[in-house]
Amino acid sequence: MIEVIDLFGEPSTGTWIVLTGVTVNAACALVGCFLILRKMSLMGDALSHAVLPGLVIAFVLTGSRSMVPMFVGAVIAGLLTTFMTQSLHQYLRVPSDASMGIVFTAMFAVGVVLVKQFSGGLHFDIGCVYEGALEYVPFGIRVAGMPRQLFTSLMVMLLNLAVILVLWKEFKLSSFDPALATTMGFSATAMHYLLMVLVSVTTVASFEAVGSILVVAMLIVPASTAYMLTDRLGWMVLLSVIFGAAAAVLGFRAATYWDTSISGMMTVVAGCLYALAVLVSPRYGLVSSMLRNVRMSLLVLRDDVLAMLYRVEELGSEKHFSVAETAKGVGGGWLANFAISQLQRAGNIVDASGGLRLTDQGRETARKLVRSHRLWETYLVEQLGMPLDHVHEPAHRVEHFIDEDIQIQLAAELDTADQDPHGRQIPE
Amino acid sequence: MISLSLSDKVALGTALLGGMAGVVGSFAVLRGRALVGDMLAHAALPGVCLAFLITGNRNLLGLSLGALASGLTAIVAVAIILRWTRTKEDAAIGIVLSTFFGAGVVLLSVVQKPSTGGNKAGLHSYLFGEPGGMLTSDVLLLAGVALVVLAMVVLFYKEFLVVCFDTDFAQSQGWPTIWLDLAMMAALAVVTIVGLPIVGVILMAAMIILPAATARFWTNRLSMMLVVSCGFGAAAGLLGTQLGRGFPAGAAIVLTAAALFVVSLLFAPQRGLIARLLVEYRLRRRIADEHLLRTLFELSESSLPDVPVIPLRDVREYRHWNSLERVLERARDEELIDSGEGQVQLTPLGLHRAAKLTKAHRLWELYLMEHANIAPDHVDRDADDVEHLLPESLLVELEQELAEEGRLPAIAAEVPESPHELSPEN
Repeated sequence: MIEVIDLFGEPSTGTWIVLTGVTVNAACALVGCFLILRKMSLMGDALSHAVLPGLVIAFVLTGSRSMVPMFVGAVIAGLLTTFMTQSLHQYLRVPSDASMGIVFTAMFAVGVVLVKQFSGGLHFDIGCVYEGALEYVPFGIRVAGMPRQLFTSLMVMLLNLAVILVLWKEFKLSSFDPALATTMGFSATAMHYLLMVLVSVTTVASFEAVGSILVVAMLIVPASTAYMLTDRLGWMVLLSVIFGAAAAVLGFRAATYWDTSISGMMTVVAGCLYALAVLVSPRYGLVSSMLRNVRMSLLVLRDDVLAMLYRVEELGSEKHFSVAETAKGVGGGWLANFAISQLQRAGNIVDASGGLRLTDQGRETARKLVRSHRLWETYLVEQLGMPLDHVHEPAHRVEHFIDEDIQIQLAAELDTADQDPHGRQIPE
Repeated sequence: MISLSLSDKVALGTALLGGMAGVVGSFAVLRGRALVGDMLAHAALPGVCLAFLITGNRNLLGLSLGALASGLTAIVAVAIILRWTRTKEDAAIGIVLSTFFGAGVVLLSVVQKPSTGGNKAGLHSYLFGEPGGMLTSDVLLLAGVALVVLAMVVLFYKEFLVVCFDTDFAQSQGWPTIWLDLAMMAALAVVTIVGLPIVGVILMAAMIILPAATARFWTNRLSMMLVVSCGFGAAAGLLGTQLGRGFPAGAAIVLTAAALFVVSLLFAPQRGLIARLLVEYRLRRRIADEHLLRTLFELSESSLPDVPVIPLRDVREYRHWNSLERVLERARDEELIDSGEGQVQLTPLGLHRAAKLTKAHRLWELYLMEHANIAPDHVDRDADDVEHLLPESLLVELEQELAEEGRLPAIAAEVPESPHELSPEN
């Protein structure tokens, strides 16, 4: 399809396509954020299919493909879908996901039959419904100096932006706490329907240009990507628009490079951006949470090694553990070995002849740890009345997090702050 | 080998597909996974295209295996997203669905390039469905899958039942719930994928949900639901292809299934819309009738055993009425009251029944006050709501209990005294 474009040799065709992609994606991302926050992502999927009969009926009634009747038809079909989905769920106890699936697939089937019925005078390609025809955008009718699809998606983007900015507070509140929103005097239900209207309009505007599949993707994927990165709604909306635009630009580049479907490629790029965010998001990403886990494990292992060596010393044993024995003592594995070498580098332990020994600095740290451990054990027995054989585990887990302040508080609460319940000395 | 005509093959194939979809769909709907079928149907596309690129022909089995592979990958992807990220389930399904489908569209445009010698028509049926092209081998494949699904459901019926309704219990019993869950998902995936070339992506999703949701209106038992759902699915397949000649077949099948759904939604006993409205209407009518009798009894109470003639005005003032005229008319028809010219009087039959009702009301009030610690000024309202739903046996029990404790009022053989002051609107 790209060859066709190249034949014309117009330098700006690519620009028109990218601009259309960017505006469509931005329009979708704006409303998509609220869809995913309300856990209604699949309404995008549902509406983009369910508006089909509305479009066909609007076309048959008016005989034109001008946008206004199309929008009206789509909005009516969209509201009908929303209403029927909710009614099935609320009044007839059909599970909510099933009721949505029923309504939108049935609406789509009606649309398919209507298309077939009226396809005589109708230039309506079902394939186009899925894949869109972004490739042909630059060659259509011009409105205000730009391709028609670009013009409509630009209008819809501005509409979405305006509505969201004007009703920012309302959208925000009704997304996070619909009950509170209703008690504060603006109906969460009304906001719900307004959002559905916006989604329907966006779907239709984007439909022709990019096809239903890209609409579904752009409603959900950039917003989900943004949601991986931030907890603030304002940032989320901004980021999702940026990701949508990035998917359009990169997707177009990739599609031209490999000479393949543009809208399909934009979808794939959006998916890849999401996967990337899942991996490297600073707070919620897989890599960072894995790093956090490793760091925490190392901290615990280091503490365990120190405490173990301290206890051995305390018993007055002449035996010293080798690195391998120590690592095995705290659970083993490469992490344990790494923790030991960290301790050696920090000068907390030395690998002297005969095995590992605490340095003075290490002994000091270990003493604090063991003190935390035994204070906590004592506290559990004295204040909470836990049986003796149940206190080691919780103390072992919490000892890493008891700092000096808590030590002082614990000691103040205890009657016997010098001996733990097992009869061992609590180090000063 | 019996040779079938094309229309027989289409009818048989779609009926088989509908029946299978009904069975696996029942589990999906009960487990709250209705839209997984939708996702699988979309996610199959890249697998279909890859299988075509690798094998170079459109053999149904090869394409189906490709579809199955990418469908299962999608399920795993959703599971990973749910387990490891903060993305919610609906968004996870949407993301995987659209990204996989986008990749499918990309691959499809590769397949369609002249250089790969792509047979476009064959692959497009995966998007939109083409039951007209059904081959004998396709029917055999469908029958084979149907047998496997049937065998699985029969073998693991008890396990599936428990996993569907109480996963925690199944887990506590030491059952491999994850594997059972996976088995259900795999069956769903296989059925979705063999159905794709027949009805297309969206409509396959409908075939998973519609028969199951339809069957749910008719029964509360899983075994019945499976049978009914299978029947509805098969009927939708058969009727859809027969009635919908000249229409896109997939859409015709789904619209038939949707019509069956609407009929069930309206007319199913118990769970159907009409049945439920009827029950509600009858209850409301009975409550109004009982309110009239109790009102009349309480207005007559002071002059008993003489039954006084009561001005309608008093009745109207006593409590709020929605349609007193119709309530009076019904009571007159049952010979519970005599009325005329703005006056009303209980008949002996009416008095008997009114006394009984009032007794039940007051017993319940007493019970609420004594046993449920509800304040006397609140008790009437609660009693008002519930008394109409009390079974006779409970009333006898209450009466006995109060009598045993010696707190049944002396006149209780007839009607106990009201525990609070009587006033209008009480």
